[in-house]
Amino acid sequence: MLDAILNYNYMQHAVIAALLSSIICGIMGTIIVEKRLVSMSGGIAHASFGGIGAGYFLGVEPILGGLVFATITSLSVGQIKRKTNTNADAIISMFWSAGMALGILFIALTPGYPPDMTSYLFGDILAVNNLYLKVMIGLTILIVFVIGLFFSYWKLYLFDEEYAKIMGIKVLILEIILYILIALSIVILIKVVGVILSIAMLTIPPAIAKLFTHNLKWMMAVSGILGAVFGLGGLTLSYYINIPSGATIILVAITGYFVSILGKSIFIRRNDQIVE
Amino acid sequence: MSVITVKHLNVNYDQIVALTDVDFEVKDKEFLGIIGPNGGGKTTLVKAILGLLEPKSGSIVVENAQILGYVPQMTTFDRQFPISVKEVILMGHLPRHIKIAYKCSPHEKAHAKTVMERLGIYQLRDRQIGQLSGGQMQRVLIARALMNHPTILILDEPTAGVDELAKEDIYKMLQELNRTITILIISHDTANLMGFLNRVIYINKTAHMHEHHNEGQAFSTGDSCPIDWFIQGEVIQKELLETKGES
Repeated sequence: MLDAILNYNYMQHAVIAALLSSIICGIMGTIIVEKRLVSMSGGIAHASFGGIGAGYFLGVEPILGGLVFATITSLSVGQIKRKTNTNADAIISMFWSAGMALGILFIALTPGYPPDMTSYLFGDILAVNNLYLKVMIGLTILIVFVIGLFFSYWKLYLFDEEYAKIMGIKVLILEIILYILIALSIVILIKVVGVILSIAMLTIPPAIAKLFTHNLKWMMAVSGILGAVFGLGGLTLSYYINIPSGATIILVAITGYFVSILGKSIFIRRNDQIVE
Repeated sequence: MSVITVKHLNVNYDQIVALTDVDFEVKDKEFLGIIGPNGGGKTTLVKAILGLLEPKSGSIVVENAQILGYVPQMTTFDRQFPISVKEVILMGHLPRHIKIAYKCSPHEKAHAKTVMERLGIYQLRDRQIGQLSGGQMQRVLIARALMNHPTILILDEPTAGVDELAKEDIYKMLQELNRTITILIISHDTANLMGFLNRVIYINKTAHMHEHHNEGQAFSTGDSCPIDWFIQGEVIQKELLETKGES
């Protein structure tokens, strides 16, 4: 595999894409899990499928369409949640299915042979091109800076939004920025693990990290490292056994989760014995 | 001198009336209890004072020089959140106008340390907040509220989920703070709290105020005052529970 990385452009791209997405998973995944935005993120991921279809239909880069749909969904969910009493989950599921429905519709309406959608549904890390890589780098830098430079505020917003309001902090601005960042992150992940699997990549590493740390910054760092391990591990496995990369990455991550739970319970039991 | 003046306050949640025609004043350095049944509008009143809820009509005037501090109910945030005691308290220092790459100043850290020591939680500073008892968590929230040097401290049920001994401790601590700070406290623990309060306001959609509350009076008068009825009810309930426990 090292050979392939050194010799083939697409392998280099795949490795860089896996590393970049692990940074996103670490930072945004932790935020999504701690702010209880998992189902919203799932909704955004699926809604973006409509944009991908629209992209094909209109003849523009599909991922751009996905980006637009993801951002609109994420801001709309926030807006509707604030303005009405409708249960957020209900709104989310509407966007969720509307996005998928639109995607299918657009693909059907697109003239000529229907494009292969599996790479968007389940990801294809080996098909990451130069342009996409640049977009990924740009978005990753943006996320790192926006979260890093205002970290204290994000921490307060995530932990106790109401208290932030009482302190006079403009919570709405934070919320809008966060929702946009979530939309961007999800679209980045779509290329790597796909619409259906992206949510797992955002939630599994933080779920494992939380077993071992009680510090938000560390949780992000550990999730990032785990994301990298799962991404590269899955990539390697899929390369050698010749199976789909996205699905392999997710299954590696989920295996990692169960191993961690098991590991932690054994560790605790042993510690208890020492105490006794 | 009154530090908060509430006049003809009406607050609605959509069509539901939460508070109607509430009138009262909070005097400087007083220890004011807010009591009443669940769903009676106690928290709504406090949220309106804090500016979290827009009144439908009426006015709330907080005197200019006053700074509000707030201790929310423990259920409003996630106890499993990956954050330590120290981090929660230092958040109280965050400037309201969002600053890039904000870091706490040494002065602010020293202030947090002093407050933590005074409230007896300094040794807990590195604990994740889920590992604290109810009483300890309340102290952390009080410490956070004290970070911006409030002149009025508003507490929403600071003794819910706190054991009897720790309750007494919290009341005594508040009493000490009360020497320099006005305190508004929502509580169900009327029986234990009554001795510490200067005045009581009873909120159940409307407000009813006791101007001069004498301890023990509630048990003898038995008039139609809702405060007496409410407190008596709580005391009777408590006694019933205690006798049940003994038998």
